[in-house]
Amino acid sequence: MNGIVKVFPGVRALDGVDLHVLPGEVHCLLGQNGAGKSTLIKTLAGAHQPTEGEIRWKGEVVKLTSTAAALKMGIATIFQELDVVDGLSVAENIFLGNELATGGVLKRSEANRRAKELLARLGHSEIRPGRLVGSLSAAGKQVVQMARALSHDAQLIIMDEPSAVLDQEEVNQLFRVVNTLRDAGVAIVYISHRLEEIRQIGDRITVLKDGRTVATSLAVADTPTAKLISLMTGRDVVTNFGGDAVGPQSETPVLEVDGLALAGTFEPVTFSVRPGEVVGLAGLVGAGRSEIIETLYGARRATAGTVKVNGKALRRGSVIDAVNKGIGLAPEERKSQGLLLDQPIYRNITLSTFARFAKLGVLDERAERAAAKEQATALQLAPPDVERNIRTLSGGNQQKAMLARWLVHGCDVLLLDEPTRGVDVGARAEIYALIRELTRRGTAVVLVSSEIEEVLGLADRVMVVADGRVVHTGPATEIDEHKVLDLVMEGAHA
Amino acid sequence: MSSSSGTTTATGADQVSVDANQGEATPARKAKLGGGLGLGQMIGLVVALVALIIVGTVTAGDRFLSVPNFLVILEQAAVIGVISIGVTFVITSGGIDLSVGSVMGLATIWATTWATQNLAGEFHWIVMVLTALAVGGAAGLINGLLVAYGRVVSFIATLAMLVAARGLAEIISGRQTQVITDRGFLDFFRGDILGIPMIVWMFAVVAVIGWFLFNRTTFGRRTIAVGGNPEAARLAGINVKRHTMWVFTLAGLCVGIAATMILARTTAGSSSTGSLYELDAIAAVVIGGTLLVGGRGTIVGTVLGVLVFQILTNVFTQNNLDSSVQAVAKGAIIVAAVLLQQRFATVKRR
Repeated sequence: MNGIVKVFPGVRALDGVDLHVLPGEVHCLLGQNGAGKSTLIKTLAGAHQPTEGEIRWKGEVVKLTSTAAALKMGIATIFQELDVVDGLSVAENIFLGNELATGGVLKRSEANRRAKELLARLGHSEIRPGRLVGSLSAAGKQVVQMARALSHDAQLIIMDEPSAVLDQEEVNQLFRVVNTLRDAGVAIVYISHRLEEIRQIGDRITVLKDGRTVATSLAVADTPTAKLISLMTGRDVVTNFGGDAVGPQSETPVLEVDGLALAGTFEPVTFSVRPGEVVGLAGLVGAGRSEIIETLYGARRATAGTVKVNGKALRRGSVIDAVNKGIGLAPEERKSQGLLLDQPIYRNITLSTFARFAKLGVLDERAERAAAKEQATALQLAPPDVERNIRTLSGGNQQKAMLARWLVHGCDVLLLDEPTRGVDVGARAEIYALIRELTRRGTAVVLVSSEIEEVLGLADRVMVVADGRVVHTGPATEIDEHKVLDLVMEGAHA
Repeated sequence: MSSSSGTTTATGADQVSVDANQGEATPARKAKLGGGLGLGQMIGLVVALVALIIVGTVTAGDRFLSVPNFLVILEQAAVIGVISIGVTFVITSGGIDLSVGSVMGLATIWATTWATQNLAGEFHWIVMVLTALAVGGAAGLINGLLVAYGRVVSFIATLAMLVAARGLAEIISGRQTQVITDRGFLDFFRGDILGIPMIVWMFAVVAVIGWFLFNRTTFGRRTIAVGGNPEAARLAGINVKRHTMWVFTLAGLCVGIAATMILARTTAGSSSTGSLYELDAIAAVVIGGTLLVGGRGTIVGTVLGVLVFQILTNVFTQNNLDSSVQAVAKGAIIVAAVLLQQRFATVKRR
């Protein structure tokens, strides 16, 4: 792949990426969230078409028009969401879309026999071809997907964070399979942000940052971890976080979280936030950060602990209670958790407040529009026409509308989950400035972000979360990005 | 991404004029009639109505184009119309109600049992009306509780209600038709005001209240929010479960009203009353432009949808055409409307 550029409306998701993979190597793709890894993989897999640049396969320029076309050529992808059909057997899944049949009649025994061979090649002959895939573990499902790739004679297998869903023993098994494949001459693109895994399994590394390759085809053996970390996190975009943190305006905490836990997801956390203070939760995706604030908000029912706002305890598992007592959440998945995409902007802004504009249940849309308009103007929402469907807005403006919702509502505590994901640089700066402005007015903010520099830049205090545990709490000024990454890495495998 | 604000679309030649109209209308006006729905679809329905009326006039002349005939059409549309308005709320909230027809049957039975009619005779015929409303409301509440708190998908919960209500109606009535003996009830509901039949007035009142509830109240807004994105509604602090329950209860109440109306037309309760009404109601709602997946709906569209079907029926009857041919035409209209709706949805997403 050379000079791949992928432009989505409003976003340059990939901005010049080079990737060269040799047969029989494990090529690791490294990068933080939002660096463009997923987009790159999807482009390779044929799910996206590059806007510029070319893909060469065995020296020839190819166009991958669909995943089927890519598969036919010998490029198979194992996505993070394991796409297997739970209700079908192992053999049926392996030959899904490629059924062995004569005249529409399935050759079951043939399929089972060949499935067995493929599984044996992967060193997993203990999985019976007739077994239902739904009864397999995540690791087992991955093996089935790899067998499917092999059934297509794949010469390049792309694995998107395969270890994210596996435990340590399963990861070791996975590595054995990867080694088997490599020895058979298959090229593997392995995506992970666990550096020590890459040390264990990788031959060469390509590092992505902000949609660009910052290093291509480094030999794993010659590259120290410190170098990789600085390549991944290197602050080459100077970001303005809207000035220094304002700091707490009172010593009495507005939000008190005591021993809050969700069994099986995260262990008890205790912290408090004072008015005007920003507490940042740093850590990797899946570490439990979003789960912590969603539980705090009542969107998930806590199994232990209490949350108090202004000294008053919240009812467990009740979002309504949380909202009434002054908490607001801008959720991680803006589109699926936050917005009514087919409704006008003003109705999205007033989603949690429209009842206030009503008398005896009769809405006052004029007042609603006016309130929405006021916030839209204050936040420089572009375009400022609140009648437009929110679907037509860019990510940054949708996020502003989410924030406007809670500004209309008025919150003592604002929970922000990945507030700048999918938001371009300009809107980012505006959102940062808005957070500063809110804290100046005494709002307490809990911020979750995968971008460590964002957490460090915005927060007064930082909590590092790894594997469902808070592994560090301290002032943002006393910790740097490398330290956070170290903590995350230790925590994830402690 | 340069489409003008809020411009939704229909296909073909109508579209140009639609856009031109929207360009002039103020945003506030745009949102008014359609309840946030594009006028394009509404225009499509109006065109269909006008086309049907022209066809009716050409083929059946004065027999079709006369005030009495139009009153007949409205009278026939009234019962299914009231049910469809309730169903519009359910579908907009992201659910479905298959039980409306059989619950209406149950309500007509319960309102005309010997005991109910006896009580009505002693007291007032309003007892029969209240019984029908109570049966409809209770069935709707049960549907709502099952869907909202029992987490049964609405298709299954209301399918169970469809079967059970029909069975209960048969048990209570012993499959006998129960003739209404109360003159007062019949005189009132079979009467007319200003020459317009009582049940047409009832349809009009329900439609106006339904429109107001849908477009002008917190109840309607919640319905749209819950259907559009239940998770977003929940995280914004809306009580999604409780609202879902009320939406089904509202649909049940509409069924109760419809039961009173059909009793006036047939003058007897029967356990087979309302059979397959659920399908007619869903068809009318969908061709009216309410999205089957929820989040967007229109009461005006539903009323127009009901009228399209009823006028179609009338045109066929006036021309002595087979009711089977009519069924085929109905099917074609449903498909055409849904195809149009999908096109409309995809164009919008771009």
